[in-house]
Amino acid sequence: MTELFDTLKYYFSFPFVQYAMIVGLLIALCSSLLGVTLVLKRFSFIGDGLSHVAFGAMAVAIVVGLTNTMVIILPVTVISAILLLRTGQNTKIKGDAAVAMISVGALAVGYMLINLFSKSANVAGDVCSTLFGSTSILTLTKSEVWLCIGMAAVVLAVFVLFYNRIFAVTFDENFAKATGIKADALNLLIAVITALIIVLAMNLVGSLLISALIIFPALSAMSLLRSFRSVVICSAVISVICAAAGILLSVLFSTPVGSTIVTADIAVFAVFKTVSLIKER
Amino acid sequence: MSKQIICHNAALGYEGSVVVEELDFSVAEGDYLCILGENGSGKSTLIKTLLGLHGVMSGSIEWGRDFSSRDIGYLPQQTPVQRDFPASVREIVISGCLSKLGHRPFFRAAERKLAEDNMARFGITDLADSCYRDLSGGQQQRVLLARALCATGKMLLLDEPVTGLDPRAQIELYELIAKLNAEGISIIMVSHDISAIKYASHILHIGSRRQLFFGSKDDYITSKAGRSFLEAGEADQE
Repeated sequence: MTELFDTLKYYFSFPFVQYAMIVGLLIALCSSLLGVTLVLKRFSFIGDGLSHVAFGAMAVAIVVGLTNTMVIILPVTVISAILLLRTGQNTKIKGDAAVAMISVGALAVGYMLINLFSKSANVAGDVCSTLFGSTSILTLTKSEVWLCIGMAAVVLAVFVLFYNRIFAVTFDENFAKATGIKADALNLLIAVITALIIVLAMNLVGSLLISALIIFPALSAMSLLRSFRSVVICSAVISVICAAAGILLSVLFSTPVGSTIVTADIAVFAVFKTVSLIKER
Repeated sequence: MSKQIICHNAALGYEGSVVVEELDFSVAEGDYLCILGENGSGKSTLIKTLLGLHGVMSGSIEWGRDFSSRDIGYLPQQTPVQRDFPASVREIVISGCLSKLGHRPFFRAAERKLAEDNMARFGITDLADSCYRDLSGGQQQRVLLARALCATGKMLLLDEPVTGLDPRAQIELYELIAKLNAEGISIIMVSHDISAIKYASHILHIGSRRQLFFGSKDDYITSKAGRSFLEAGEADQE
């Protein structure tokens, strides 16, 4: 046991491991807060679609040769979030088909571009790390960490200040509109924040696994708890603990960070679901 | 009795296309107006217009003194999202106070008191910490009524409130709404249920795209539109 502790202490003397921990916990916190709303509003698919768009945007950024890939990824993902939200509300166009189309399209074109134009010697490795986030969390620079802290602060502030309005729009959009809440503007805000979180989370778990970070903690909390506030708090706690556990385990056993965190989330979900099934008997 | 809503030769619709026109009716303080009509007759467009979510395309809707669309407490139809929503009764009821929030982010003691009072009014204080999805259909409608009355005490607009309730819960809900009406709250109820008109003081019947009848209930029962609707309804029930 002390041996394990010493190993951890050794690893955490490196700044990049500390950065990974800070960023990982912040991303886990933000994504789980928003996850509750997204799952309840039946918007989980937007998270999935956006993560693929972000991958496509990153491919373009790499091909163009930008050192700061955020310049392209952030605006493209935010704009896609707004567009996807529009199609999701428009019943004339099949919302789910539109999302599937955009996300798979972005994935295919992105991979193609990287393959054709990338100057890197290890294309497969690059792609794998963008999709599954295997290394990028450990190569964060100090400025990226600050960017992440800033964005997390914005997300938290928005969520706390708009908490009551977000609840109303999530539970009953028609009633909320009737009482004078600008529901469309609020939906837009939720979509933009979702896009921000997804771009941030790409560093942590990679673009394919982001949805797991958004969905699993929310679903776990919902299976057991009976008020919106407790679901939100529980989901945040689950997500932060799973992220911490995932990062520690991956450091100790050199497993990929992203999939270790997601596995922890799945394990918690399984436990919560089992408990709720037993309670219902 | 002062008028709260006066609708004069109004045409309603959205995105440039007219859904229903020639609407002429009014609601006075203490009225119980029942709006009848088949699906697609423009009832939901009328609701949205009364709530201030759509404009009037031609004609006019005038509001009484000290009255506006914000003074209407709304009881929408249930959505699939709500059936498995993890929220406590208290959280839902107090969300009716959002219109009183202005630019503040959080509720104050006055709003929490209002929510408690309205829960007591509908006898759901014991359920305050229960989860909405565990309640019966009738209890859920009481929660939504309490929420609507947190928003306003002047007028309630109910959209097909008895849909999905068992017959006994339907009668209980109708009696409850009649009691609120007796306390001075104006009621507008949208329905295609023939038993809804029993409690109403006025009827507005919308046919395909235009108004078929507006007037008191007694006049409606003897009118041509009323007789054909009632006969069709009775045939349905048999």
